[in-house]
Amino acid sequence: MTVPKRIGKIRFGLISPQEFRKMSVVKIITADTYDDDGFPIEMGLMDPRLGVIDPGLRCRSCGGRPGECPGHFGHIDLIAPVIHVGFAKLIRKVLRAICRDCSRLMLKENEKNMYLEQIQTLERLGQMTDDVVNKVFSEARKNKNCPYCGAPQQEIKFERPLSYIEEGHKLTPSDIRDRFEKIPDDDIQVMGMNPATARPEWLILTVLPVPPVTMRPSITLESGQRSEDDLTHKLVDIIRINQRFQENREAGAPQLIIEDLWELLQYHITTFLDNTVSGVPPARHRSGRPLKTLSQRLKGKEGRFRGSLSGKRVNFSARTVISPDPNLSINEVGVPMDVAMELSVPMLANARNKEQIKTFVRRGPDRHPGVNYVTRPDQRRIKVTDKNCEEVAEQIDIGWGVDRQLADGDIVLFNRQPSLHRMSIMSHRVKVMPYKTFRLNPAVCPPYNADFDGDEMNMHVPQKEEARAEAEILMRVQENILSPRFGGPIIGGIHDYVTGSFLLTHGTKPIDRQGVMELLKKFEVSELPAPAGVTDKKPYWTGKQVFSLILPRGLDLNFKADFCYNCDVCKGEDCENDAFVVIRDGQLLKGTIDAEAVGAFKGKITDRIIKEFSPSVASEFLDRMTRLALRGIMYAGFSFGIDDEDIPKEAAEQIDDTTRTAREKVQQLIEAYNAGELEPLPGRTLDETLEMRIMQTLGKARDTAGKIAGRYLGLDNSGVVMAVSGARGSMLNLTQMAACVGQQSVRGERIKRGYAGRTLPHFRRGDLGAEAHGFVESSYKDGLNPTEFFFHAIGGREGLVDTAIRTSQSGYLQRRLVNALQDLEVKYDGTVRETRGMIVQFQYGEDGVDASRRDYASTDNVLRIIKNVLKKESA
Amino acid sequence: MSLFAAPSKEKVVRVTKFAVKDHEMVPEHVLLTPEEGDEVLKGFGIEAPKLPKIHVSDPAAREIGAKVGDIIKVLRRSTTAKQSIFYRLVID
Repeated sequence: MTVPKRIGKIRFGLISPQEFRKMSVVKIITADTYDDDGFPIEMGLMDPRLGVIDPGLRCRSCGGRPGECPGHFGHIDLIAPVIHVGFAKLIRKVLRAICRDCSRLMLKENEKNMYLEQIQTLERLGQMTDDVVNKVFSEARKNKNCPYCGAPQQEIKFERPLSYIEEGHKLTPSDIRDRFEKIPDDDIQVMGMNPATARPEWLILTVLPVPPVTMRPSITLESGQRSEDDLTHKLVDIIRINQRFQENREAGAPQLIIEDLWELLQYHITTFLDNTVSGVPPARHRSGRPLKTLSQRLKGKEGRFRGSLSGKRVNFSARTVISPDPNLSINEVGVPMDVAMELSVPMLANARNKEQIKTFVRRGPDRHPGVNYVTRPDQRRIKVTDKNCEEVAEQIDIGWGVDRQLADGDIVLFNRQPSLHRMSIMSHRVKVMPYKTFRLNPAVCPPYNADFDGDEMNMHVPQKEEARAEAEILMRVQENILSPRFGGPIIGGIHDYVTGSFLLTHGTKPIDRQGVMELLKKFEVSELPAPAGVTDKKPYWTGKQVFSLILPRGLDLNFKADFCYNCDVCKGEDCENDAFVVIRDGQLLKGTIDAEAVGAFKGKITDRIIKEFSPSVASEFLDRMTRLALRGIMYAGFSFGIDDEDIPKEAAEQIDDTTRTAREKVQQLIEAYNAGELEPLPGRTLDETLEMRIMQTLGKARDTAGKIAGRYLGLDNSGVVMAVSGARGSMLNLTQMAACVGQQSVRGERIKRGYAGRTLPHFRRGDLGAEAHGFVESSYKDGLNPTEFFFHAIGGREGLVDTAIRTSQSGYLQRRLVNALQDLEVKYDGTVRETRGMIVQFQYGEDGVDASRRDYASTDNVLRIIKNVLKKESA
Repeated sequence: MSLFAAPSKEKVVRVTKFAVKDHEMVPEHVLLTPEEGDEVLKGFGIEAPKLPKIHVSDPAAREIGAKVGDIIKVLRRSTTAKQSIFYRLVID
């Protein structure tokens, strides 16, 4: 175990050439890596002092084995100084701010003191000094003559990426370095640098550190050929040019050749540091692939920070497509056999399970619940194969460990990205199944926001008892039915489950014995309730009675169903629409079960059961509900087709009338507007008033059309059933399909854009009428005419753009929030603290309430408690 | 109850300085005695530096005459808990 350490402070600075040499273990002089016998060449790029990568060898610097030795830096002495690309801009700034003769910062003494003071104050307060420092550079640059030595200054032109031109001459890195060396310490401080840790001349490289071999391992190909890392290739180039440079200079080669070689050295070092500098052609492999050099290793999504530190790949995980299975419990997940045979759970043999483990091992790796690996007490791992399984099984004794294949009942974590809230990762019990998809109960789709149009999900297998316990106690699906967001159930029936419950429980349709049996086929019901009545000498039951069988005894509940019409005076239990649910002692007496009762995000019954009974009872209820609802919808029969959008002729005529009158009314408004008779609304211009009145009129027309259509579409229409029960869609959707699509809008206004004075060439300029500005009179069923279709496309596009923007913006917002809050923790005393133990909130959320554990603080609860107490007393 | 109560009818005209604690949006600050402060720290089982901080130069702290090292109790109005209590350590 490493000892935890606290970081006191971090200081950023530049590394000096002396420091590079101090930390170097070897000076690299040859570009060769290995000799003919395959041994690394001393003082070459693979010098054994740089660390070890070959197993069995020990590091010549620290004596560590591969894995222990972190590697050690070497260095290359550059023949001539070279600019560090990363600092090109800073070098430019400094160069322009100092005198070309005396190298002093070109500010007067009093200005220097003023800026230094500002910088020091900001540093003391721990704030950014950038603004002041930039001011220093820009002020110093303005001087035409040095205030100290009076030397006239020349404009220094910077040519991307790395040239500094003064008076038409290119400054060599040596020139620049000479100037920088002469800058006095005091001036360096005014430029916002600390002369002890960052002197400007260190921005120019004279020594190049050679990274340890551990960060650029060579790989041996199957052919026995060695393949070197990109960094090694780059280093080879650098050393070669460095050597050639030296030879040429010593031989007294002409200036032109020296300059070319210098340029080349600069190029290789630039690309070694960053291979994506604009203006510098990227260094390429022989195959043409650009090399991946230092900065490419760190940058971006796949880089060291985002790809290897913030997120990494994990073992014991699986990913595949998901599909629904209502016969699974909400706590279960169906795992394909192939996955179950690959993943494993470690087991340690003890006196009690020894024999059981032996039977597992004997099955080998190819017969399901088998064993993939065995760990001997000396920690050696043996792969179990078809051939050695018998033999290994005999050896198993106390202290041996096995990796048992995933089997029914194991606890696994199940996740769907994006993991936006804690319910995006929940733990499920494994149920091994045939085929190749993960199976889950559709009732758990809402928390994962999953559907089955090709979604994939991930599964992780906890390996330790502690992890399993935590997963089972805190992360089980049933423990997460109530959302901490709003305190209601986030898990519940969706789509057909809601429809099914509705069809089963609405009204008092008689169901004969055979029907009841069919509905209850999947349940362990041994006794039927007393029949609701007898017709033709045959007993019959109601759907409400059948549904009552899955409700727990002792449940008392009243509420308005989702399809409640919100009558002016609620008749409560005597509701004529069967929209007021009454449950007494687990018997559904009145009302219809719909989204309000069992749906996700609503689920009054689910909510009550969790709070009054337990999450286990609630999960049991949801399991039974999903099964019964499916039986219910199949017993009733349910389908939706194009003819469900048909409305009778008289209805169509009425709708036509409505839209016609609306159009006429719009014309009247326009005429009134043109005649100047329109009265502006308070705070609006005349134009705005007209727009608003037109929008109002047309909006009302669509609503009226919808109402007319609604009158002819009753509960015998499956679309209405879905809308009314809260399963899917709304009456508005039905209105648009059957009656009238309505006004199309962009930014909440009628469509105005298009050609000069008109939306489309089909209309007259200045036409303010309904059709010319995107009112779609037709229904989807009837079909849209070309102009309507175009306006509809405009409105539809706005919706698409909005969703795209919303997701990206909210994603970024979420990321920032998570980064800011991820280390906060609610402690057992109710305080919120961060990792150092500093208090952030003295009571979580100021009131210490967990939304998922409260009960809406409503007065109904008091009444219920009184009722319960009285009931117990009378009993 | 509205967060913004009606402005007081008293006409206080202070041009150079006004008392921030009289402002509607400034929560009540109470200076704790050292004993009370210790009590608070003991209650949370923490040392004083683990508390949130307030500068001595903060107008609210200055008005109640807080010194560095004192603990101030802040009574805030909360939409979830009606009133919530925060403590702050006075620092330089």
